Amino acid sequence: MLKKDDSTPPSAPQSRAAFLPFDPVDLRGRFPVLSRQYDGKRLVYLDNPATTQKPRSVIQALTRYYETYNANVHRGAYRLAEESTAAYEGAREKVREFINAESVEEIIFTRGATESINLAAFAWGRSFVSEGDEILLTEMEHHSNLVPWQILAQEKKALLKFVPMEPDGTLDIRKVADLLTKRTVLISFTHVSNVLGTINPVRQIADLAHSAGAKVFVDGAQGTPHLPVDVRDFHCDFFAFSGHKMCAPTGIGVLYVKKSVLEHMPPFQGGGDMIRQVFLDHSTWNDLPWKFEAGTPDIAGAIGLGAAIDFLKSIGMPAVREHEKRLTRYAVDKLRQSRGITLYGPLDPDRRGGVVSFNVQGIHPHDLATILDRESAVAIRAGHHCAQPLMKKLNVAATARAGFYVYNVEDDVDRLILGIQRAQQIFKVPA
Amino acid sequence: MSLEGLYQEIILDHYKSPRNQGKLENPDINIFESNPLCGDEICIHGKLDGGLVKDIRFEGKGCSISMASASMMTEVIKGHGADHAKKYIDGIKAMMHGEEKLSDDELGDMEALKGVADFPARVKCALLAWTTLEKALNQKTDPKGR
Repeated sequence: MLKKDDSTPPSAPQSRAAFLPFDPVDLRGRFPVLSRQYDGKRLVYLDNPATTQKPRSVIQALTRYYETYNANVHRGAYRLAEESTAAYEGAREKVREFINAESVEEIIFTRGATESINLAAFAWGRSFVSEGDEILLTEMEHHSNLVPWQILAQEKKALLKFVPMEPDGTLDIRKVADLLTKRTVLISFTHVSNVLGTINPVRQIADLAHSAGAKVFVDGAQGTPHLPVDVRDFHCDFFAFSGHKMCAPTGIGVLYVKKSVLEHMPPFQGGGDMIRQVFLDHSTWNDLPWKFEAGTPDIAGAIGLGAAIDFLKSIGMPAVREHEKRLTRYAVDKLRQSRGITLYGPLDPDRRGGVVSFNVQGIHPHDLATILDRESAVAIRAGHHCAQPLMKKLNVAATARAGFYVYNVEDDVDRLILGIQRAQQIFKVPA
Repeated sequence: MSLEGLYQEIILDHYKSPRNQGKLENPDINIFESNPLCGDEICIHGKLDGGLVKDIRFEGKGCSISMASASMMTEVIKGHGADHAKKYIDGIKAMMHGEEKLSDDELGDMEALKGVADFPARVKCALLAWTTLEKALNQKTDPKGR
């Protein structure tokens, strides 16, 4: 059941709303940015894999924090600081529950998924990766789950190996098994591809890796906002995600590390809050998870993330997934019926998240994005999506990408299709 | 500026039928550049004869604006001196900020690029070929360059 987070009246029920687990048009009303218009046209926002819009409840949580209980956490001996500390640590508990971690000790707040991966590569990697060790990645990784491991591998003289991507944009689990060796210390891969939408079989890969003695890192940046996540069911050792891709503010993210792994990791950054005792020549470290949170954290961001989790839970993650699946099927069908469109990634909606990458024959994605924006007020992404090796594999310089979220509707897809036809007119290619 | 101002016939013509596309044997100028933001790529080859750009070719991957701009650039640079190239590099850069350093006569086809100034996200596309050529020429004229 949907909980109201503000006084927006529910919109009139629509005929197709009966088939939906929630009413996305009603939901859209809770996102102030989505009331914007360009040239009298409602903004259609489809760049959700880059960042999502923020509901009023999240924006209000930030305002409430700054207006009523702003204080540094963990140190003030006064009620204001007790309130901010309770809210900050309360947000950590919300995250724990959301991804079903065993303990809040396993939840580290970071700047985002990128910092989470860098934290693991630095703190875990520098202690547990040695010369000749192998780190297994895949060909579909975002630069943020590639470059930190490159830096680590160069420093440690370790070897990076890559699970190849199949022509349909999936991974072949047998190839994962073949590539795991006695020297593999880690496999790191994305839960959901930010380009192709592919949903990888996390549990299967994790179990294979563990039986080979490797640790498992899952980049959850594109999964956590869209699918139910259960880190214990995934059997992963590390799990990273960003707040801003799931209705929370920018600048806050999470690194989950299984306690048995985290206990053996040295600190990431040194500074205030991460210490127990400091002497002139050495220091001792704070308890988990604070040992990994040096300096004043993004308190407001964490509280905002907690509010975003409340919002998503009020819809229910299975419902979010169901809605996006339906919309993705609709978009894939419409695009396949259109002329001159090349689609990338798996066609089966059960195997892909709400991300659709495509190219229009004769029109570069940048030109398409400009035309969609200026003619139709449709915001999509064009480019390499921070996945240059994947672009090379697909043998394209760039793609156009539309990604859906809870507030998108079939009409948004129709506007996208009409906008593509308009671009085909302008470029005089057959539509 | 409307979308039609951006995607004029002349831009689409250069995009679909680029002039001076390809490579040169033993080029004096051989430079590759990419735009890290969008992944557009360009490779420029040039033959120099004294101060003269005798021949110039380009290859690249990119949007209509970046490729049309590169095509137009080769046309206006070919057969002229480095000073001529620098004048146009300055002029096109200024044009992207709405400044008119080159007359319409001097601009020719490139007048069609004026509309790009109204699309801030696309200015880098239009300038990729020009800043790449500028870099190549600076390397050639830098006395420490070779």
